Amino acid sequence: MTTTSTDDPAAQDTTGSGGLRLRDVSLTLGDGDTAVTALDHVELTVAPGEFVAVVGPSGSGKSSLLAVAGGLQRPTSGTVHIAGTELTALSDKDRTAARRRHIGFVFQQSNLLASLTVREQLLLPLHIDGRLGAAGRTRAGELIEAVGLAHRAGSRPHQLSGGERQRAGLARALMTSPAVLLVDEPTSALDRERSAEAVRLIAEQTHRHGTATVMVTHDTAIMDAADRVYEMVDGRLS
Amino acid sequence: MFLALRDLRFARGRFVLMGAVVALIAVLGVLLSGLASGLADAGISGLRALPVTHIAFDEEATSEQFSRSTVEQEDWEAWSKAPGVNRAEPFGNTLTNAQVTEGAEKGEQVNLAVFGMAPDSPLAPKPTEGEGIEDAGGGIVITQEIADLGVRVGDVLTADKSEVRLKVVGLVDDPVSYGHIGVAYADLDTWRHLHYGLPGELPEAALRQATAVALTLEDGAGVTAVEKATGTRADSKETSYGASPGYTAESSTMALIKGFLYAISALVVGAFFTVWTVQRKPEIALLKALGAPTRYILRDALAQVVAVLVTATAVGTAVGLALGSAMIGKAPFSLSAPAIATSAGLLIGLGTIGAVVAVRRITAVDPLTALGATR
Repeated sequence: MTTTSTDDPAAQDTTGSGGLRLRDVSLTLGDGDTAVTALDHVELTVAPGEFVAVVGPSGSGKSSLLAVAGGLQRPTSGTVHIAGTELTALSDKDRTAARRRHIGFVFQQSNLLASLTVREQLLLPLHIDGRLGAAGRTRAGELIEAVGLAHRAGSRPHQLSGGERQRAGLARALMTSPAVLLVDEPTSALDRERSAEAVRLIAEQTHRHGTATVMVTHDTAIMDAADRVYEMVDGRLS
Repeated sequence: MFLALRDLRFARGRFVLMGAVVALIAVLGVLLSGLASGLADAGISGLRALPVTHIAFDEEATSEQFSRSTVEQEDWEAWSKAPGVNRAEPFGNTLTNAQVTEGAEKGEQVNLAVFGMAPDSPLAPKPTEGEGIEDAGGGIVITQEIADLGVRVGDVLTADKSEVRLKVVGLVDDPVSYGHIGVAYADLDTWRHLHYGLPGELPEAALRQATAVALTLEDGAGVTAVEKATGTRADSKETSYGASPGYTAESSTMALIKGFLYAISALVVGAFFTVWTVQRKPEIALLKALGAPTRYILRDALAQVVAVLVTATAVGTAVGLALGSAMIGKAPFSLSAPAIATSAGLLIGLGTIGAVVAVRRITAVDPLTALGATR
């Protein structure tokens, strides 16, 4: 994978600080006859504190959008800016560092580590970044409180319900005060009522912490909480 | 170790099982080391105790030289005049059977590894009880192994066949043996009577012979010329251990068993951590997606490996030491700290290498899989 950006990275940053901006981003997977266009000239700007939902059927490129926005994958062309930094111009190592400092992920099924308690799940990102301290512990306590898991702080994932895991995953993503929060199908394992509650919580945290949040989902019932809704079809955003 | 320790606690059943395998191998490692040291002591502690640097054998003897080599008086005389040679003296070595004919254990059969030497040479024993050997005295100084059979200073033994009378004049209370037989020190003439199985007057030729020349050489002394002139070959004392019966076979067998043991251990540890790492793949992808550098995950995984190996080896070594202590005296067994430390070190070192090969898979895990959706 190569970046085909030809412009000066510094000159491209016109969003100032904060937020997420994808500019003319395309992603082609595979090559030759089997090549698939996952993202097709996507333009997307999300301001700090804004909650954007992207809906679309499976296979429409939603996950690719998150992978590229979150620095997990380099786009074939186009640029991604996060908190004023051009993610697409960074080395692999710096991209990894940018992921742990500026990007919060909430994964499908919430992806918690089996051996850690809820509190430890939250402390992990700070430990990875080498700045686990008293302030971090305080913040973990506050976030656990905010997502309503105070009574579950010492529980391990197998003791939690699907909704509780999802909330723990959200709290973990917020631990590093990320500029950008990327949420992948948060409600796939939840019933309707729990889904609405989870999304409401994401919206609330987005506004409170001023993150630029992108949520991808195929569940059109949960879009009400979003500030803006995009639809994705065949790699195109509209 | 943030994650490693919590994984150890969370999956303790699996880690305890794997640790138990390593611990059992460590037990076996200690016991084998003890047995190897014990066998070595029984085989060559008599040679080890000799205050020499080299031993020169008849060059025509190529194996078990201590029973096959013969050197002449001219040889040790030539050696003692050669440059770089501090001392050279005749040394006799023979295995014989004798019977206690006077003493408390009268009638008891005794095996003796008889070392013959000049009574005034540094090779001669310094008894802790009784007196030393004398020229043509027919006296012997026994060691602990023989004393353990009930033989005491003042007893008289009679050698089988030759009927040579051996008076026990002294005791060295060290367990000094050769070829699994207790050592008895004798003057050269007494040794010759036993070696040739001849009582009474010895033939002229026999009086001028010994098994080998015991040498004290200066560091780096060039001895090729004197070797050539005398038709002998000087081996270092350590090399000469291999010239005693069974020593090479015993030590190489033990080394082979230990080698296999360590290889098996490394493979078991490697296999365990391969399965463990493969199982953890989704978690590793998640860690990478959260921005953990590969180095962070590798360090965590290796800390876990080392923690498991060190704990298991420590437990196994402790159990091995307890079992081994109970075996001392009942089997050729001796515990030597360097041998046990080497055994434990190899177990940990090779296990770590096995595990490193396994956890290297961490490098290849793609964080993208954490998104877990088909695109």
